[in-house]
Amino acid sequence: MPRRASWPLRAAGMAVAALALLPAVYLAVRAAEADAEAWALLFRARTLALLGSTLGLALAVTVCSAGLSLPLAWLTTRTDLPGRRVWTALLCLPLALPTFVSGYVLLAAFGTGGALEGPLARLGVPVPPVYGFPGALFALTLSTYPYFFLALRAGLLAQDPALLESARSLGFSPVRAFWRVTVPLLRPAFASGALLVGLYVLSDFGAVALVQYDAFSRIIYMQYEGAYDRSYAALLGLALVVVTVAVLVLEVWVRGRAGYHRSAKGASRRGAPVLLGRWRLPCLGLCGGVVALGVGLPVGILVYWAARGWGAGEGPVLGAAVNSVLASGLAAVLSVVAALPLALLGVRHPGRGALMLERSAYVGYALPPIVLALSLVFFGIHAVPFLYGTLVMLLLAYLVRFLPQAVGALRTALLQVSPHLAEAAATLGHTPPSVFARVTVPLMTPGWLAGAALVFLTAMKELPATLLLAPIGFETLATRVWSATAEGRFAQAAPSALVLMAVSALGVGLLLSQEEGARPG
Amino acid sequence: MSRLLLPLIALLLTSAVHAAETLTVYSGRNERLVGPLYKAFTAKTGIEVKVRYGETPQLVATLMEEGAKSPADVFVAQDAGALGALAKAQLLQPLPKAQVEKVDARFRSPEALWVGLSGRARVVAYNTAKVKPEQLPTGIQGFTEPAWKGRIGWAPTNGSFQAFVTALRLMKGDAAAKKWLEGVKANAPRTYKNNAAIVEALGRGEIDVGFVNHYYLYAAKKDQGEALPVANHFLAAGDPGTLVNVSGAAVLKSSKKAEAAQQLIAFLLDTQAQQHFAQETFEYPLVPGVAAASALPALSKVGSPDLDLSKLEDLKGTLRLLQETGVL
Repeated sequence: MPRRASWPLRAAGMAVAALALLPAVYLAVRAAEADAEAWALLFRARTLALLGSTLGLALAVTVCSAGLSLPLAWLTTRTDLPGRRVWTALLCLPLALPTFVSGYVLLAAFGTGGALEGPLARLGVPVPPVYGFPGALFALTLSTYPYFFLALRAGLLAQDPALLESARSLGFSPVRAFWRVTVPLLRPAFASGALLVGLYVLSDFGAVALVQYDAFSRIIYMQYEGAYDRSYAALLGLALVVVTVAVLVLEVWVRGRAGYHRSAKGASRRGAPVLLGRWRLPCLGLCGGVVALGVGLPVGILVYWAARGWGAGEGPVLGAAVNSVLASGLAAVLSVVAALPLALLGVRHPGRGALMLERSAYVGYALPPIVLALSLVFFGIHAVPFLYGTLVMLLLAYLVRFLPQAVGALRTALLQVSPHLAEAAATLGHTPPSVFARVTVPLMTPGWLAGAALVFLTAMKELPATLLLAPIGFETLATRVWSATAEGRFAQAAPSALVLMAVSALGVGLLLSQEEGARPG
Repeated sequence: MSRLLLPLIALLLTSAVHAAETLTVYSGRNERLVGPLYKAFTAKTGIEVKVRYGETPQLVATLMEEGAKSPADVFVAQDAGALGALAKAQLLQPLPKAQVEKVDARFRSPEALWVGLSGRARVVAYNTAKVKPEQLPTGIQGFTEPAWKGRIGWAPTNGSFQAFVTALRLMKGDAAAKKWLEGVKANAPRTYKNNAAIVEALGRGEIDVGFVNHYYLYAAKKDQGEALPVANHFLAAGDPGTLVNVSGAAVLKSSKKAEAAQQLIAFLLDTQAQQHFAQETFEYPLVPGVAAASALPALSKVGSPDLDLSKLEDLKGTLRLLQETGVL
């Protein structure tokens, strides 16, 4: 039986969960104002059809992202692939690219008359489809696979190599051992990645709109865009909340209650890397191909835009870059700290209450970001007016938005840290806080880093909350890119977008370079 | 008498300026386009301007959430419908009559709750390599002809397109608007996110014609060079497809700095600012006496339908129609 959690932990968990539920509360307040006509609109067949097509897309993107990320995560953690750290930072980068930019990039590259359409056709290479379902699948898989990639990496790094070695000593072939031992142990990582990718697809508007795929978020966005009708929009938002809760319940049901930590004596250590041998070249090809499409292509198009409108270019972007790093960095730290009580409760004290607290972090995640931003406007101006318009307000918005990314990563890491280690330390006379700080926290390192990297990257590109809640005049790289593309000035957008990607790469590189050194043993 | 009065007025004015040293503006118009104007205003009057830039509809939603507690003094919007929605929500305070009357009655609120700053005409942009100007219809009705199958681009989720459909409804009735939407839909138009994406696609030759606002073409040419094979086609005067919508400004009811706020709006209606709109953004200046960019036909020749732009706020019916026809 799990022990009951201490009261400070429960209080912290409840406080964070309350914050995470703000968007849902806001939607309920606004939906209460809806008239009969709005309810009738909600239940028409088209709403359901859109929901169906969006869920289908979410499922397809989740499966493709997982399939793409597993080999990439394995190659960068378990093998002697040359340049593993560089590959890792590059493979994460698509997360930092605002989806409205990646949509434009895709069209500019592969659309009719696009930069690559002609050359590819001449070479006889089929041009990837850019419109409708295939286009949306392609664009979203390319921009979301890093969620899986980072989660799976953290899972692989935290896994005890002794388990794999035991399997090999029992006569399993390497391939069989991989499928029978390594992959099943990654179940929590898959679950956390799937939640992030699947729910993200529900919320996405930018990419889906550009590739002309009919998605549910579009009709919500529309209500704000054109109709200024907050109550109908709120009803649609609540429908997404209901779907999210259903997905969360389903996920709990699928993942079961298995334990994932090692129970053997002795310390965990690093396993010997798998030598790729003659597979080295094809493996490099895979990484290179994904990086070429997810990073090389956007950078290429951005450079092309910048060159096309040479002279229309931008002045210095240093101030915006500093602001971006400051806000995203603080958001990353804040998110992993706030996620900790939820992950601890969910993993160490499982039970209905803890589970609900942990899951509440995800409730707002599938909502279009504008809804989330407005809920914080609502909360800020009415509840904490003295914070309204300050950086604190923006960080709160980032926290609510990105909390699930941190919770998932910490959860995955914590599941693989044996509680017995903490108990052993306690018997050696350490107090619980000291045990926590000296044993549990260091062992969770892959989770901390993956969570912080995810939040940092996605906060770098965040737009609606940044526009509405940042202190006035607080310009970030993402707002600069937005302000240039809004009127179709792509040449002006390009330099800021390139700096955004470069700074993100540096940030993630720096974070993940801690991985190896911090690893115990 | 005047010896006493003048210093007194001067004192009152300076104290008013002191009390209102900082204005907060929510700007649904881009920093690159209007930022220099706010700076010029500060240089001229000494009144600081803090600007929150954002997308017009999202700022409207924000202002509605903030209500009476809003820190904003002035709202600068990209279209009249947004201002109409705020007026309807009773969040705006009236402007001095003399101020709004500088602008033609078609381009301001009848209750003086907002005033237009610049005009933006609907046009049909076309790819010059694939379409000759004489092949283009003189009215939007022409685009329901089968000859245009697979050649049209539109942005039904975009505010400016919806404002146009609202105008169509107001002018010709819902049934006619529905017929037009269905007619174009039968021609399998490509759906884009916004005007900029349509002009970009026209440049690549992905589509032959697109329903957009007139000035995106000039932004695209600044971006991609004059050789871009895209041009604007103005439909016949009085056609709903020539609707001139406006960007405009209003003072929030919650503002305690109405005087300074009105000063800013007066500045935006002044010659310098109006010329800026004409030359930098290729929009139509709305105050008589300032000429439009030379590449454009005169505003009087565009022949925008006579319509109370405040009514463009009524988008519920338009959205319902777009949903009924399956366009959305």
